[in-house]
Amino acid sequence: MAGKTTNILIVGVGGQGTLLTSRILAQVAVQLGHDVKVSEIHGMAQRGGSVVSEVRYGDKIYSPIIKKGDADIILAFEKLEAARWLDYLKPGGMVIINNNRVDPLPVMSGKVKYPQDIDRRVAELVERTLVVDASAIAVACGNVRAANVVLVGVLAAAIGLPGDQVEKAIREMVPAKALAINLKAFNEGQKQYGNIA
Amino acid sequence: MKKLMIGNDAIARGAYEAGATVATAYPGTPSTEIVSSFARYPGVYAEWSPNEKVAMEVGAGASMGGARTLVAMKHVGVNVAADPLYTFVYTGVNGGLVIVSADDPGMHSSQNEQDNRGYGRFAKLPVIEPSDSQEAKDYTRLAFTISEEFDTPVMLRITTRLAHSQTLVLEGERQEIGIKDYKKNAPKNVMLPGFARERHVEVEKRLLKLKEYAQTSELNRIEWGDRSLGVITSGVCYQYVKEVLPDISVLKLGMVNPLPDKIICEFAAGVERLVIVEELEPVIEEQVRSWGIAVEGKELFTLLGEYSPEFIEERLGGGAQSAGFGLDKEIPARPPLLCPGCPHRGVFHTLKKMRLTVMGDIGCYTLGALSPMDGMDACVCMGASIGTALGMEKARGREYAGQVVAVIGDSTFVHSGITPLIDIVYNQGTSTVVILDNSTTAMTGHQDHPATGFTIKGEPTAKLDLEALIKAIGIKNVRVVDPLQLDQLEQALKEELQRREPSVIIAKRPCALLQKPPADIKMVVENELCKGCKLCIRIGCTGIYFIEDKKLAAINPNTCVNCGLCAQVCTFDAIKIMEG
Repeated sequence: MAGKTTNILIVGVGGQGTLLTSRILAQVAVQLGHDVKVSEIHGMAQRGGSVVSEVRYGDKIYSPIIKKGDADIILAFEKLEAARWLDYLKPGGMVIINNNRVDPLPVMSGKVKYPQDIDRRVAELVERTLVVDASAIAVACGNVRAANVVLVGVLAAAIGLPGDQVEKAIREMVPAKALAINLKAFNEGQKQYGNIA
Repeated sequence: MKKLMIGNDAIARGAYEAGATVATAYPGTPSTEIVSSFARYPGVYAEWSPNEKVAMEVGAGASMGGARTLVAMKHVGVNVAADPLYTFVYTGVNGGLVIVSADDPGMHSSQNEQDNRGYGRFAKLPVIEPSDSQEAKDYTRLAFTISEEFDTPVMLRITTRLAHSQTLVLEGERQEIGIKDYKKNAPKNVMLPGFARERHVEVEKRLLKLKEYAQTSELNRIEWGDRSLGVITSGVCYQYVKEVLPDISVLKLGMVNPLPDKIICEFAAGVERLVIVEELEPVIEEQVRSWGIAVEGKELFTLLGEYSPEFIEERLGGGAQSAGFGLDKEIPARPPLLCPGCPHRGVFHTLKKMRLTVMGDIGCYTLGALSPMDGMDACVCMGASIGTALGMEKARGREYAGQVVAVIGDSTFVHSGITPLIDIVYNQGTSTVVILDNSTTAMTGHQDHPATGFTIKGEPTAKLDLEALIKAIGIKNVRVVDPLQLDQLEQALKEELQRREPSVIIAKRPCALLQKPPADIKMVVENELCKGCKLCIRIGCTGIYFIEDKKLAAINPNTCVNCGLCAQVCTFDAIKIMEG
């Protein structure tokens, strides 16, 4: 196929703000003049289940969903979810993981253990693995819920998305009262990339 | 400039541009956003109807009255609306009517994965299927034109992946077409046998005309490429095929009923190997086979679930396979679960404790069927809890009815729980029904309904009084309890189950997501008192977890909303509600 396509898989736990993140990234791609498709999951899975949204952009995009083994980047809001979706990653692809643990039901009830070293095991398989304390950074910015935008900052720095375009998209997508915290979270995320990459 | 839109918003936009002035729906994933989005346009009427049958009937009336009308529902909703739909196909329209069926291959949020393209042949109406948001908008506009030109309702069939994928859309201007004249025409609109026989003749003539239209319509197109393989496909599968096999020949069908047989024959003759890629039922395949054309379909693919680009690639041969980083086999599953503070949790905890047989229904509370609640014996369709509870009683006797309850949400009760409740009274059942009244349609994203007192536009309106309604039906024992007051709830259940009369318990508390958690209190586990018995963990709340090496329960302050349920469950008084 002509031209390069970028595939970003955003995974997390229902309620963590994966939808907003995919919408911000997609808006940036629109502003940059790409063809864009985004796939989202609504409904039952949003109730604390494993959720995924997919952003694809390039010259011409057909499928709204990413093929297994074809994601350039997995942006994970939670460590287990990074591991769960890892077979979607392209060889040479990058995984950005929020250093955040949310116990799923079988762990909460003590039936199985949360695999403690899961981010290390991902890093063993994937050379380009970045683990970010996005939740802690978001708390420092004023609200733990801005962790998703911290991750957007790391991602933008990692793949060279123009910061002003991302800020423009954030201004459009985020409610006015949360805007200042989110812009700060985005900038902190960008800086953080320099520290960990 | 083009805008990103989910398919559902694009359908609403298409209806708006086509000059539609009326839209009706009952919320249901993946269709919900269609009419909530339409309602935001100026100068249009939109409603949440009590159920899909009513939505279809209001839609039919609006069409007869001359308005272009949009009716939307999920796939199983069409079953509820099927009665008026089948006969409305006979009467035909005045203002154009488009009914959207949002199917759910893979059952992301549904109880079955029926393929509603089947309604096209069964109910004898045209079915149109877009493959992205731009087509969703354009086809919706065109569907109104087809509806009026051929005097028929038109079904726009979409799937979850189209409904909830965002793709770029170029918006157009609204056509102000106004309301058509209404003239009484009983032979067309009164479907008693003498008139309906005449209308059936028209339906068959119309289908032949539609078939001719399908041969020349822009909805169906051949994209010639490498002729060693030709694929017939429609909907989002078209996009998957183009993604993985961009060079082959494709016949893209935008109209999937009636099928354009001449185009299909031409395409079949032009390729060496013919394959049909369609999710779920072999709707296209069986018809093409019946014309004596050699074709491959379900022997390569599956009747089950949602397709994906890699699945099509694997079956038809294409690029490289996944690199196989897979760690997924070792990862604990993460099933969806009730939210912290959810009032349903109190009900399911109590039902489990009392070891009752629970006939369930459709909503967030269906999650009560999963571990650790394991609190449901059956769930079939919207409203079925009450009828199935009565059936249990009639099969197993009155004594057994003392341990059976029906649980049903407030929105679901209004949707289709009222008539079976009448049946319980009429046919002398003694069932106990628990209405889980969280004052919203929660699962689909908090839509209003007749018992919330607000319209789809958020305007105040008459509020259905559930207690008064239930009493009027003839249920003498109606009581309201707080589902997060466990003692109160258990007492009410014991008393009502013992009664040799039907009862309704309204377990009333607003959805936890619509309430701000109290800020002046917080939950604390007192480690000296905690025995590590895990009773509190069995309520399946993300607000509390177990520290395995210390054998202690602990509150997760990030998720806990201070509802106090775990404190009530603890038999050692180890969980306290602290001020400040």
